[in-house]
Amino acid sequence: MATQVHESSHVGVHRLPDDGHSGNDGRNLVPADGDRRLAQDYSPPPSSTAIWVVLFAITMMFAAFTSALIVRKGSSLDWRAFKLPSVLFFNTGLLLASSVSLEISRHRITAFMSSIKNQFESPARWLYVTLFLGLLFVAGQYVAWSQLRAQGLYLATNPSSSFFYVLTAIHALHVLGGLAGLSYVIRRLSKSSLRRSTLDAAARYWHFMGALWWYLLVLLWMEL
Amino acid sequence: MSETSSAPAAAHHGPPTTFISKHVFSLDHKVIGKQYYALALVAALSGMVLSWLMRIHLGWTNAAIPGLQLITKSGAPGGVMTPEYYLQLMTMHGTIMVFFVLTTAPFAAFGNFFLPIQVGAEDMPFPRFNMMSFWVTFLAFVVLMSSFFLGDGPTLGGWTQYAPLNAVGSAGGPGQGLGVVLWAASIALFCIGQLLGSLNFITTTLDLRVKGMSLMRLPLSAWAWFITSCMGLTAFSVLLPACILVILDHVAGTSFFVASGLVINDQVLPHSGGSTLLWQHLFWFFGHPEVYIAIVPGLGIVSHVLITNMRKPMLSQRVLIYCMGALAVLSYMVYGHHMFVSGMNPVSALAFSFPTLVITIPATIVVLIWVFSLYGSRLRINSASLFALGFISMFVTGGVSGFFLAQPSIDIMLHATYFVVGHFHMVMGVAAMFGIFAGTYFWFPKMSGRMMNETLGRIHFWLSFVGAYCIFMPFHYLGMVGNIRRYSTFVDDFLKPLIPVHQWITIAALITGAAQLIFLYNLIHSRFWGKPAPDNPWEATSLEWSTATPPPWDNFGGKHPVVYHDPFQYGVQSSVGDYVMQASPEQVKTEHDEQ
Repeated sequence: MATQVHESSHVGVHRLPDDGHSGNDGRNLVPADGDRRLAQDYSPPPSSTAIWVVLFAITMMFAAFTSALIVRKGSSLDWRAFKLPSVLFFNTGLLLASSVSLEISRHRITAFMSSIKNQFESPARWLYVTLFLGLLFVAGQYVAWSQLRAQGLYLATNPSSSFFYVLTAIHALHVLGGLAGLSYVIRRLSKSSLRRSTLDAAARYWHFMGALWWYLLVLLWMEL
Repeated sequence: MSETSSAPAAAHHGPPTTFISKHVFSLDHKVIGKQYYALALVAALSGMVLSWLMRIHLGWTNAAIPGLQLITKSGAPGGVMTPEYYLQLMTMHGTIMVFFVLTTAPFAAFGNFFLPIQVGAEDMPFPRFNMMSFWVTFLAFVVLMSSFFLGDGPTLGGWTQYAPLNAVGSAGGPGQGLGVVLWAASIALFCIGQLLGSLNFITTTLDLRVKGMSLMRLPLSAWAWFITSCMGLTAFSVLLPACILVILDHVAGTSFFVASGLVINDQVLPHSGGSTLLWQHLFWFFGHPEVYIAIVPGLGIVSHVLITNMRKPMLSQRVLIYCMGALAVLSYMVYGHHMFVSGMNPVSALAFSFPTLVITIPATIVVLIWVFSLYGSRLRINSASLFALGFISMFVTGGVSGFFLAQPSIDIMLHATYFVVGHFHMVMGVAAMFGIFAGTYFWFPKMSGRMMNETLGRIHFWLSFVGAYCIFMPFHYLGMVGNIRRYSTFVDDFLKPLIPVHQWITIAALITGAAQLIFLYNLIHSRFWGKPAPDNPWEATSLEWSTATPPPWDNFGGKHPVVYHDPFQYGVQSSVGDYVMQASPEQVKTEHDEQ
């Protein structure tokens, strides 16, 4: 097997403390040569925490946009409703499919890491599928914007179209960020240096993008 | 000894090998902390010079300021600034000070340098994001300052950039076109920088603590930075969309903030139906927590400095932490008190007034813990502890005026007067600055390897302390007699008698500002020629004092401390003196130790 993947990674380097009388200016530090590897751990890998921090920030950001939409809609009578481009529903299916393919991929990579099923010669295959579906989603969003433009609805035409473009564009930007994250996972996988926590973080982010899109779709459907 | 220490999962980068990787695009949190400090220093000096210019104009309206016409062609013909240029300087003063000084210095600068060391980590978990955090913030500063030299100058809308003025374009006056776009772009970049920073701060605190460093064993400064990063995460992720919407109103012709039919200079603006109050909601949801983002690190720094110099722990570390947490949570529930005169429903005003009064409770508890802890202690008087005491004084003085402003009935009279300006300058401006100074005098030896000059430090303190009161106490008197803020000249009959007060304030501001040059000299001179600092000059206990001065690139020289004690074990008898360091396994009997 050509590829080898490091398992979860956070088996860190552990060191023994000194006896408290090291004579190093009372610093009582652990000697550098006291390294030993232990299986135990007492804190989660930073990427596991970081992804929740990132998702929280994105949630706050879209909460702000949502508040702005509601306040702006209620502040004036110039709000003009329009029909959402039908391609959005197709795009929703793409994003849903990408989440499924990512889960298949994660399952296979996990099995690959734990060497239970070594038959998966190329564990990255489904990640490429996810990547492709994600790109297709962004392309689909572009098609939706084109359809709106064809109807004469531009960014500044009406506050409703303004919010449509802003929300979908900011979401698409975040999806592109997710694609960058998946590309990073593929690169680490090919270099045999992928951490389980990195894969999990990327997956959480991607699924969150899907959930966020469902939320936006419902919001836009209700408010536009 | 069977206890083991685990290496934190950070510092995946090796030691820097080139000048660029060591001093410019460094991944080392300590270098990034110093870069933030340097940025804050440049920003503070810029902001101070702007305040000087404004104060000279307020004291002597027709006085020509030599050289000013060289910076701006139309803003100061013959060196006498126009009302518009006064507002432009005022806007930039506020923006620079709030964002690039009060946020970057106590939080990003000291936090970056010391948080990883205080938890025992080698670095932040995401050093590249950390580096990006600084450089994006730096870019934000460059973008902001560029507005002085581009178009018709910087925006004049105040640091709060109220709508619709922020979105009407050049019809609103000089700087309201390109100036606002640059302002919003700068602040959007700043938000991204601080979000990246918050990500690192939170994960460092939660995930990279060494063996034995439970959350309750974190020093108060680390707690303050952690709480601040949580606030920053929530606040900046709301300001960022607000800035995006403002930029779109300018460059894409959208109508988020400009109402329909708005006429300026006999021109009907093309926007339709925007909500002017929407901006206030979005801005103040960020804006009020921002006040606490500026001050909470100061609470932590001052507590840390005071404890070290009192040689005894605070009455209750736990309550102090809870109070800082309560301030953070409550700070999101009070923002409407900035909008009492916006036409909000009186019931809403009451709903915002109540938590505003409630938030004074944790703040008061913090002050009482400080005061009662200080009572009976033999405080070591030095520059750091003097500035810590000065912080308490400013925080209390500025906080007391907050009681009045928290009540809608009184605020309606005092709103937009110098009373408000005096209030926030004392409670978040000067107090936070004193926190920065206390931190600087305290941690400079660890950051630079050299001691600062103590005599100059004390002179700096007394001039700053007396000077700050001379400047900002009269602001309150001015506000109470109805002196409206943002006026560049005082031509109304009821304002004319107040001009001598303004002249007094100007003189005090010039002297107090000049006193900061003593600090600057002390900082630069000590950096190169100061007395070499020992590893632990203050006989302090937290982990940063356990390592070499200045710390090596990986903080502990390839070693990892084990934490055995609570952060502030003073007043004990150990082999080194009246304290025991967190990383010392020496057993001492103390009622405060958790073990």
